Amino acid sequence: MTVISATPDPEARTLTLVAEFSAPPKAVWQLWADPRLLERWWGPPTYPATFREHDFTVGGEAKYHMTGPEGDTSNGWWRFTALDEPNTLEFRDGFADENGNPSTEMPETTIRVDIAEIPSGTRMTMTSSFASAEQLEQLVNMGMLEGMKQAAGQIDALLAA
Amino acid sequence: MVVDQSDVDRIFAALADATRRDIVIRVLRTEASVSTLAKQYEMSFAAVQKHVAVLERAGLVTKQRRGREQIVSGDIDTIHRVRELLREYEEIWRGRLDRMNALLEEPS
Repeated sequence: MTVISATPDPEARTLTLVAEFSAPPKAVWQLWADPRLLERWWGPPTYPATFREHDFTVGGEAKYHMTGPEGDTSNGWWRFTALDEPNTLEFRDGFADENGNPSTEMPETTIRVDIAEIPSGTRMTMTSSFASAEQLEQLVNMGMLEGMKQAAGQIDALLAA
Repeated sequence: MVVDQSDVDRIFAALADATRRDIVIRVLRTEASVSTLAKQYEMSFAAVQKHVAVLERAGLVTKQRRGREQIVSGDIDTIHRVRELLREYEEIWRGRLDRMNALLEEPS
C-alpha cells in the first residue's frame, strides 16, 4: 500500500488522503461494509472498535464503542448519507453517550470515501470535513491517546516478532 | 513548524498592500468593525470590505458577525492551529490505512 498524498486544507478544515491498494475495489468496499472487518482496522489493536450495529443502508446507522487497555470505553455512531457500491460511501461520524445516543456536545465529522479501480488495484480517496477547529481539536485529543497507544502496540508487535 | 508554500504566498500577497498592512496592525491591537475601519481610509466601505476578505483568506484576520456589524480581529493563530491538528488527525488515518492494507494482504 502507498499513501499517494495527504492534503490538509486548514481554511476549509478538511483532510484528503489518497491511498492505493493492490486489491480490487470490491475487497476495499468490504472493509467498510462488513462490521467484522471494520472492527479490525478502525481502532488500533490496543483500542479496538466493536460495532454493535451496522445498518449499511442510506440513512442507516452504525453504533460502536472503542475499548481501551484499562477497559475504558468511548461510544460512537455513524449515519450513512450516501452509498454506491463499490465506489462511494459517505457518512457522519460522531460521539455518543453510554447508551449510544448521539452527543450534541461532541464533535461530528463528515467522511467521504471514493473507491476507484486502477490497473494495480484500487485507489481510495478519503475526505474528512470538520465544522470547527474546536471540533477537530477534540477529536485529535481523543485520537492522540489512541495514537500513543497504537505506537506502544506496534512496539509490542515488533518485540514479539 | 512547516508552512505550506501556497499559504506563505497568500500571506505575502495579503500584506503587499499598505492599506491591508495597516488594517492588520490595527486589529491586532484591538478588534474593529468593518464600518469603523472604513472611516479610517479614503476609500469606500466595499473596498475596505474587499481588503478584509483578502486578509481573512490569508488567515491573518477573522471576521465575526455581531448584530449588524462585522467585527474584524487579528488572528494569526487559528490557521496554524488547524494545520497542526490536521497533521495529527492525518496520523490517525495513516494507522488505519496501514491496518486496512494488512487486512487486504491477508491470504483469504
